[in-house]
Amino acid sequence: MTKIKDAFAKGKAFIPFVTCGDPDLETTEAIVKAMAEAGADIIELGIPFSDPTAEGPVIQAANIRALSGGVTTDKVFELAAKLSKEIDVPLVFMTYANVVYSYHSNKETGVEGGTEKFVKRMAECGVSGLILPDVPYEEKDDFAPVCRKYGVDFISLIAPTSHDRIRMIAKEAEGFVYCVSSLGVTGVRSKITTDIGAMVREVRSVSDIPVAIGFGISTPEQAAEMAGLSDGVIVGSAIVKLVEANGRDAAASVADYVRSMKAAIEDK
Amino acid sequence: MSKGRFGIHGGQYIPETLMNAVIELEEAYNHYKNDPEFNAELEKLFNEYVGRPSLLYYAEKMSKDLGGAKIYLKREDLNHSGAHKINNAIAQVLLAKKMGKTRVIAETGAGQHGVATATAAALLGLECEVYMGEEDTKRQALNVYKMKLLGAKVHPVTSGTATLKDAVSETMREWTNRIADTHYVLGSVMGPHPFPTMIRDFQAVISKEIKEQCLAKEGRLPDYVLACVGGGSNAIGAFYHFIEDKDVRLIGCEAAGRGVDTFETAATMATGRLGIFHGMKSYFCQDEFGQIAPVYSISAGLDYPGVGPEHAWLHDTGRAEYVPVTDDEAVEAFEYLSRTEGIIPAIESAHAIAYAMKLAPTLDKNKIMVINVSGRGDKDCAAIARYRGEDIHD
Repeated sequence: MTKIKDAFAKGKAFIPFVTCGDPDLETTEAIVKAMAEAGADIIELGIPFSDPTAEGPVIQAANIRALSGGVTTDKVFELAAKLSKEIDVPLVFMTYANVVYSYHSNKETGVEGGTEKFVKRMAECGVSGLILPDVPYEEKDDFAPVCRKYGVDFISLIAPTSHDRIRMIAKEAEGFVYCVSSLGVTGVRSKITTDIGAMVREVRSVSDIPVAIGFGISTPEQAAEMAGLSDGVIVGSAIVKLVEANGRDAAASVADYVRSMKAAIEDK
Repeated sequence: MSKGRFGIHGGQYIPETLMNAVIELEEAYNHYKNDPEFNAELEKLFNEYVGRPSLLYYAEKMSKDLGGAKIYLKREDLNHSGAHKINNAIAQVLLAKKMGKTRVIAETGAGQHGVATATAAALLGLECEVYMGEEDTKRQALNVYKMKLLGAKVHPVTSGTATLKDAVSETMREWTNRIADTHYVLGSVMGPHPFPTMIRDFQAVISKEIKEQCLAKEGRLPDYVLACVGGGSNAIGAFYHFIEDKDVRLIGCEAAGRGVDTFETAATMATGRLGIFHGMKSYFCQDEFGQIAPVYSISAGLDYPGVGPEHAWLHDTGRAEYVPVTDDEAVEAFEYLSRTEGIIPAIESAHAIAYAMKLAPTLDKNKIMVINVSGRGDKDCAAIARYRGEDIHD
């Protein structure tokens, strides 16, 4: 398994996101390989969920396209296993608590079984980290200890409203800290008004863990600015829009985009 | 384990963006629930505006007709705005005002909670926006009009199945977007802590009154308390003060839709599994990969794939039992109560009436049964007429 922290050792990290199975898994495979080749430092694989409460309209629609195309968590695992053998960029899953907690669980075994089965499988497939936007610090004990057992980093998020919570979260964070740039859900924003620098300083005051900024970033200019304040930049909706527009031929345009974003953050 | 647990259920599974908002809410609630001034204000609103206490009515004709237990109806349908929803809505809007919030947002299924929130916001002078599944805005067009009349803005939600669960998701998304001046008036005993506890406390007035009224009329506690369960707010309100009275049987009636052996059902206890969704650990209708199921019920208010965490716990411990009731049974009960007692119940409440119609005849005449009539059925008349093949417009 490729370690997340190594991905930040080479300079500012560019972390693209793609919803698996949108519009099908063959396209996702081609996109991920193209992103790796274009310089992505970590790749976030979204496992679609029926009710993604932290997503804006763009990624919500991608989730629906993927699920109606028949993708399942098991099929995403198969894809991840294949990708982790072929590319050496760390892969991270982004999904929702229930996808992990209820994975192949049944009424009798309950679900603690679900989490263990899921995390064991993701480790076997060579996936290095797990992001669950509906699991805050207070609830991470359902997931983080199991992740630790299998060598998977459970990624913590901080938000513009976190204030006094940032230090508490950062002290126990693993892999990297996902810094949510703005209020609201995922999606492209013309301007980011949060004092990101202050949030990053709070993290740095208690930990040397890398901080990557996500939510709302789409242009090279924004990426350069955010990278200047942190260790990396996460982009989701802008890429999903390219997939929506180009469908099965999206890999080439995504690769061009990743290349331009990676170039923009270098030396920041 | 985190705060707000009922056994293993409950918790606070929400984006980090909302954590300080729910912590602020919890602190405010803990302060105001013991504040004599807040409680006096709320009691005054309950008594003089909502019309509490609501009646505990002896349904003599129904009791005799069914030939078993003595049946009382708890008339939450007589509350201002037509349902138990106002108990919670007016209390939360008052709390939001005390917290200095100037805007409330709410989800709604059947529209009753939306109307109740819009009513409270109009009275207490807060801005109000309601998110309602587009499908439900069609099923409950009259309530959409009422909300607008009351000064609220109604947003039809088109994502997912365009019903209650999607309205909840969309309201949560909106809350992460605007927190500082906005309180989310959740409508049922669900979501992240402190909502399930706080809303239960606001609805517990129902069982407090039932207890007093039953003691006054019968000199003893009831043997059975029945209520319909979607998220479960009217049921928890009707059950709460009886939880320690182990001889009182508590029965929650779930919406089975076209039957628990079909996919067109919303009976969470009967068909769901443990999961994490909408801020809480509880039971949910879902597939083997944890995808939330597109549930169905004729009743927009029970058309929800989960159940409140305290109900999940009452189910686990066996303190309450949960039974499925189909669309057909509920519609029959809707018609039965109308012609037998001259009371048109909400189609949600009709699920509890329907189970009472099965249970009461099997019981001894000295048994006492209380059914919570959580709301009135005016809103459902057009839909039930259509169900029976009669084309009338709202």
